[in-house]
Parts: sequence; structure tokens; C-alpha cells
Amino acid sequence: MILKGKVHKFGDDISTDLITPGRYFHLRTNLPELAKHTLEDADADFMNKMRPGDFVVAGRNFGLGSSREHAAIVIKLAGTGAVLAQGFARIFFRNAINQGLPALICDTSKIKDGDELEVDVEKGEIKNVTTGETLTTSPLPPAMLGILKDGGLIEHFKKHGGFKLA
Amino acid sequence: MPSSLTIAEKILSEKSGTDAKAGDIVIADVDLVIAQDGTGPLVISQWEKLDTGIVANPGKTIFFIDHAAPSPRRELSNAHRTIRAFGEKTGVLVSDVSSGISHQRLAEDYTEPGNVVVGADSHTCTSGAMGAFATGMGSTDIAVAMSAGKIWLRVPETFLIMVDGWFPKGVYAKDLMLHIIGMLGADGATYKALEFSGDTVKDMDMSSRLTMSSLAVEAGAKAGLFASDKTTKEFMKVRGREARWKEISADDGAQYEKVLRIDASALEPVVSVPHTVDNVKTVSEVKGTKIDQAFLGTCTNGRIEDLRIAARIVKGKKVDPKVRFLVAPASREIYLQALREGLLKTLVEAGATIMNPGCGACVGVHEGILGDGEVCISSQNRNFKGRLGNPDAFIYLASPATVAASALKGCIADPREAR
Ligand code: SF4
Repeated sequence: MILKGKVHKFGDDISTDLITPGRYFHLRTNLPELAKHTLEDADADFMNKMRPGDFVVAGRNFGLGSSREHAAIVIKLAGTGAVLAQGFARIFFRNAINQGLPALICDTSKIKDGDELEVDVEKGEIKNVTTGETLTTSPLPPAMLGILKDGGLIEHFKKHGGFKLA
Repeated sequence: MPSSLTIAEKILSEKSGTDAKAGDIVIADVDLVIAQDGTGPLVISQWEKLDTGIVANPGKTIFFIDHAAPSPRRELSNAHRTIRAFGEKTGVLVSDVSSGISHQRLAEDYTEPGNVVVGADSHTCTSGAMGAFATGMGSTDIAVAMSAGKIWLRVPETFLIMVDGWFPKGVYAKDLMLHIIGMLGADGATYKALEFSGDTVKDMDMSSRLTMSSLAVEAGAKAGLFASDKTTKEFMKVRGREARWKEISADDGAQYEKVLRIDASALEPVVSVPHTVDNVKTVSEVKGTKIDQAFLGTCTNGRIEDLRIAARIVKGKKVDPKVRFLVAPASREIYLQALREGLLKTLVEAGATIMNPGCGACVGVHEGILGDGEVCISSQNRNFKGRLGNPDAFIYLASPATVAASALKGCIADPREAR
């Protein structure tokens, strides 16, 4: 799986409240509408700038807070190819993989807003086309890579008739 | 012979039928599966996609209508209808408007020591107070767990938090836990379990334990675990559930990734200042900060003990006329108990607004959304930007005592200076 796109850079501690604010609670049963507000409280312009395949790149502890899987879903519906961060809150991390959204842990400090990246999810290689630098990501645990490759947990479960971890 | 185990390893070994050690991936049987009105409709639609038609254990699967209850708008009323219809169709339990917040209801009537509890709510870790391995997940994981009766888990490494010493006046479990989160950082325990021990913890009542476990996720933790001991037994006995009690504790010699030692007698009342829970300051550093709203409630601090503390502080006094003092008991039972004890009368006489049992203002959908630039001191567990429905507002987290003392003064106040 090789992904190409532009970087939208965010800081540390991007909470699920910033990704899908509580004031849109009533839109959780209307995902396309909810997705129009993706990351609105972190960057009000994100959905205007976003092009399919682009990357959300952040600092530490991305997705902390609530268990709302809607946070991972709207980022995916917005067209995001992958989320790269220094670290993820655990519930968001599981949710992203369960939704088939690659969530990769790497040193994002040198990646800048607007950089072009090429990401090989399985090998865990990131090429910064803008700067020429390459980065490696911490590999996903095999159990999670399997779920991601199947396209998410529902697809994984249906395909194998249960969990097939490792 | 199995080696010495942490509480997490012990419960997950039993529930997975393996010798589970930290770092292992296991498939564990789940005892309780829960969702709420914000995450429940997605659980239902994911379950439908799974297309098994099976709910493994409907009597142990509970959908709580607590977040937007009663519903403030049409879309949410319809989400509630979806949940009720699913309950009728499959036999899963629906805990409807005003029964209370899921985590409180679980402690009252459902969670048993040694259980694995998974919930589509991040504060599912609250049940860890009862010696259960309880953790929050997203709706897809919960849909799968609901259907299969099992879930995959990575057995977490454990941080042992040893607390000794008596709390000084005006210092509570909430202050202790905010202090711990300040030490660890908001991602300091990501993927880990916290296990609380020490003399202070052994003496702690269930209400305080629930407060601490509920906040575990605010340090990133997967679970916040207490041993199941005589306090747990007594708590269950009062509720006629003594027969389901069992002892759970870590083995001597269990392996911990980290040990934190805290002297409770050296603590002061603290406050988490905007916009992260780990941004912890002593109340002395922030006192005098003007407030517009004071909120007492939530799964973290909406219990009878919390209402008693607040009522004692405001009794015979008046809340500052510029402050809205909102109180939401965490469950119907707590509400009734507070009525019986006259606490609600005391609070209302002082100027409080009593809200129905449930999450109240906590998630920012109704009942106390802040205006632009407004400040709220709250007994809840999160002060993230936007949490009380407005990203241009400011939330300070504190103990019920600090919230009540601040409501009286109209600014953040030191509970040690209140009565
Ligand atoms: S009270 Fe707040 S934190 Fe607790 S379950 Fe309700 S919304 Fe979540």
C-alpha cells in the first residue's frame, strides 16, 4: 500500500473533541454531514484545504479523549490517506485500524505543513518528497496490520469467521 | 506453576484461558458489553454489517441513554428510538433516560470483581475500581464483542501507584488523581494499566476508588485497577450482590514497569487548568479566577459522597449571584438518596440548579453549554477545548469541595478556607 499526498500539520494533544466536537453530537447518525466538520476546532480551514489522499500529521497523543469512533471515521471520510503522529491515544489507534485508516507512529517533528509525502504502509517507510528525507515508522503490531490489510475489523471478522491475529 | 501476576495479568489469564503476561495478545471472554447514546447507534449499524444476527449475551449487554438524556433535539430523539428498538429486537438491556450514567450504574448493579468489561465509552475504565478489567473501545470493537462474546486485547504492562498517608483537610481522591495525571502526563500511561495500592488506597471508600479509576484514561491508561477487598465486598453487600463478590489482588512479586510513590499527606487541593487534564496547578496558584458556572456531577464526581461534601459547604449560604451552580446526580438512586438526606434542598436553597441523573453538561450537548469566553469550574474529568459545547470557553477541573467553595465565591476558591 503506497500512499501519496500533502501534509496538513497539527500539534500535540489533538483530542476527539477537536476532531468531532460535542456540539455536533446530533450528527453522529449522519456521517457525511459530520465529516464536513472534521478537525474544525483544530483548524477551521482543514476541510477546504484537504484533498483526497492527503495526510494528517500531528505531534504527541493524537486522538486522546472519547471513544467516539466517529473521529476516525470522519478523518477517513475526509479522504485522508493516513494519520502520522508521534503517538496515538489507544482507543483512537484501535478505531483507526478498525476503520481501515492507517495510523503510523513516527518522528513527525521534521515534517512541515504542505510537504509532499510518499508512504509505504507495510514497509513502514516515509519519503518526504519535498525535502528528500526518509523516515521509518514503528511497525504496526502484526495483529493490527492484519486487520488493516483486510480493510478494517468488520471485514476481517467476516473474512476469517472470527479473530485471526498474528 | 504460573509466576506472580499483576491484577491485569490475572484477570486476562483467567478470561483467555492462557498464561497471559504483559505484551501478549489474547482473546478474552467478555462479561459485560456496554454502549451509550453517542456511540450506540454506530455499534448497532456495525453489528448489522457484521451480519451474524447474534448477540452473544443480551442480558449482559447494556445500552445506556445517558449522554443526551432527555434528548435536546430531534436527531438525538431518533437515535434513542434506534437504541430502544434494538433492545426490543435482540433483548439487550436499555437503561433509559434518568436511570443514570453508565459507569455509575455498572458499579451499582452489574460489574463483578474479576470481570472483563468493555464499553463504547472511554470512561469504561471506571469499573476497574471494583477489581474488574474494564476498558473503553470504539463502536466497531464493541459490535464485534457484542456478537462474539470475546475481544482481542494486548495485555498491558502495569504501573504500580503506591499511595500512603492521610489526606489533609480539603484534599480528596480527585486531587490525588489529578496530581498523578500531572506527574504522568496525558500520554504518560498510554497502553498501560494503572494499579493503585498502599495504605491510603486500602482505606479508600468505593466512591473515591471510582473517581480515581474513571480518570485513569486521562493519563492514557487502558485500565485503572484496584484490588477487590472488604470495601468492595461491603459495597456489593449493601446492594444485595455479596454472593457475586470475590477477592482479586496482585501476587507478591508481580512485575511492574514502573512504581510511583505518593505521600497523600503532602498533597494540596489542585485544579487542572485549560485545556488539558495534565495541566495541573495547586488551587493556591489559580484562586481568584472569575467563574461563570460551577458544575458538580459526572461519572467522576456525581456520587452521594460528592453531593454531601458540596451540601456541607454551601449549607445556609448563597451561591454568588453571577454563578450558575449546576448539579447532576450520577444516577437515579443517588438522586433519591440525596432527596432523602435533604441534600438537594440544601443545594437548591443555596441557589443550585438540580438536573436529572445523567451526564448533564459534561459532553457539551445540553444542560449547561458555555458562552464565549466563559469559565466553568467542574468536577468532571475533561477540560478539553470545546468540551462544554464551546471551543471559546475555559474549563477548570477540581474536586466537589473546590467546585462548591468556588460557586459561593464567584471565583476559584480554596476549599480549606470554606467551612
Ligand atoms: S459523565 Fe461525562 S465523562 Fe462520564 S460518561 Fe458521561 S459524558 Fe462521559
